[in-house]
Amino acid sequence: MTPPRTARPVGDLTGGLPRWVLVPAAVGVLLIALPVLGMVLRVPWGELPALLTSEASLAALGLSLRTSAAATLLAVVLGVPLALVLAWSRLPGARVVRTVVLLPLVLPPVVSGLALLTTFGRRGLLGQQLEVLGIDIAFSTTAVVLAQAFVALPFLVISVEGAVRTAGRRHEVVAATLGARPTTVLRRVTLPLLAPALGSGIALAFARCLGEFGATLTFAGSLQGVTRTLPLEIYLQRETDPDAAIALSLVLVVVAAGIVLLTQRPRRGGTGS
Amino acid sequence: MTRRLALAAVVVLGLAACGGPDAGTAAEPEERLTVLAAASLRDVFEDLGEVFTEQHPGTEVAFSFAGSSDLVAQLDAGATADVLATADEATMGRALASGTIAGQPQAFAHNTLTLVVPSGNPAGVSGLDASLAGVDLVVCAPQVPCGAATVALADLVGVALSPVSEEGSVTDVLGKVRSGQADAGLVYATDAAAAGDAVETVAVARADEVVNSYPVAVTADPAEPDLAAAWVDLVLGPEGRQVLGDAGFGTP
Repeated sequence: MTPPRTARPVGDLTGGLPRWVLVPAAVGVLLIALPVLGMVLRVPWGELPALLTSEASLAALGLSLRTSAAATLLAVVLGVPLALVLAWSRLPGARVVRTVVLLPLVLPPVVSGLALLTTFGRRGLLGQQLEVLGIDIAFSTTAVVLAQAFVALPFLVISVEGAVRTAGRRHEVVAATLGARPTTVLRRVTLPLLAPALGSGIALAFARCLGEFGATLTFAGSLQGVTRTLPLEIYLQRETDPDAAIALSLVLVVVAAGIVLLTQRPRRGGTGS
Repeated sequence: MTRRLALAAVVVLGLAACGGPDAGTAAEPEERLTVLAAASLRDVFEDLGEVFTEQHPGTEVAFSFAGSSDLVAQLDAGATADVLATADEATMGRALASGTIAGQPQAFAHNTLTLVVPSGNPAGVSGLDASLAGVDLVVCAPQVPCGAATVALADLVGVALSPVSEEGSVTDVLGKVRSGQADAGLVYATDAAAAGDAVETVAVARADEVVNSYPVAVTADPAEPDLAAAWVDLVLGPEGRQVLGDAGFGTP
């Protein structure tokens, strides 16, 4: 006998889960939400405009946006082909390649910075060759872009590879039987199907670039307008002006929240998971 | 299901209850002195810590080395500590103003800046002068004590510095010079001394006129007030002066 549909039982709201599951779930939410709330409550709302439009703040924000955009573009140009290769090609050693490519996800950023320094630094693996060519990467904006791309590439690869595997090759096979060459298949079938996963991968990669701190500090240094991105500016402002540090942190929190909101897809409808 | 949950709860509570008293009796509580000190004091204070435990058997000195403003912020947020030693008087002044320090801080050491270059001096730097043109110079950011001293020194000498990076700590500056990434860096004389052969020192004229004075003070609510006072005495006394002098600090 079905119950009358006048009221929704609690089980329906929890999706059939037992009610006690809500307790650790709520604690988990509080673990994240409370510190963010605590910081937001400390924001000096009165001085916020002045703090955010100071020369140092604007330089840091502009630099962060420019370098993150460039690094994300680099990650897309390199990451999408890499994800496709990892998902579909039958080349040997794919697992090893995937492990290496995903390393920056797990490495502490400072370690990533040290790795970059020992390779591209003046006395690094490639440093001598680069110096001969007249290229000095360290202490330049290029170094920042390189460091950000290093840590963001795995995010893009993971997002895209997952979607590629789930989508399967049915459509591509059909297109090929209809006479399309591989490049055409890639351009007109694969990539459009990947668009949602690519979108969220780009958003995550961009967010990771914006928040990158350890690798940039170790590898690129910190100079206003050249290499001092927003996280580095916050770290420095902490020393003498905690209010400015919190104001700038608010900017990052808002941007991060915006990006994460964008990557949320509706539960019903839409392609992909 | 409920019986299993109840059993699990009893076990957990039992373990927690056992944990308390056992921990108390197992580790005989040594008296523990907690010292917060600027990062540049690491080597000196660790040496003095050994002297202190010899002079006061049964005590243990726990150090926390960090940037001076980090330490003041920690005290402000309620960290328990007995002694604070900062790298300049301005930062100690902030601790005094926020009431986390009791009494008058006393200056126990001072530090001056010096120019360091990677061994071999590849860029041929001769001092804070024209030889710095086109050279990758790394300095401390003005917001930290060594950075404030750098700005003062540059003004005094009358040279405009154009660094390629302004680091947040003097150890980062030293690190970049050691690795050869930077051609020159302005660090404390004590850091240059501690780095030994890894870097070469280039003397800077009039550097002794820009002095960072290191104050030490007992905190407002120390867990070990007697030990804290004993530590301050040690630092200001003959053993302290000896160790500080050996490391390259000046003493009052």
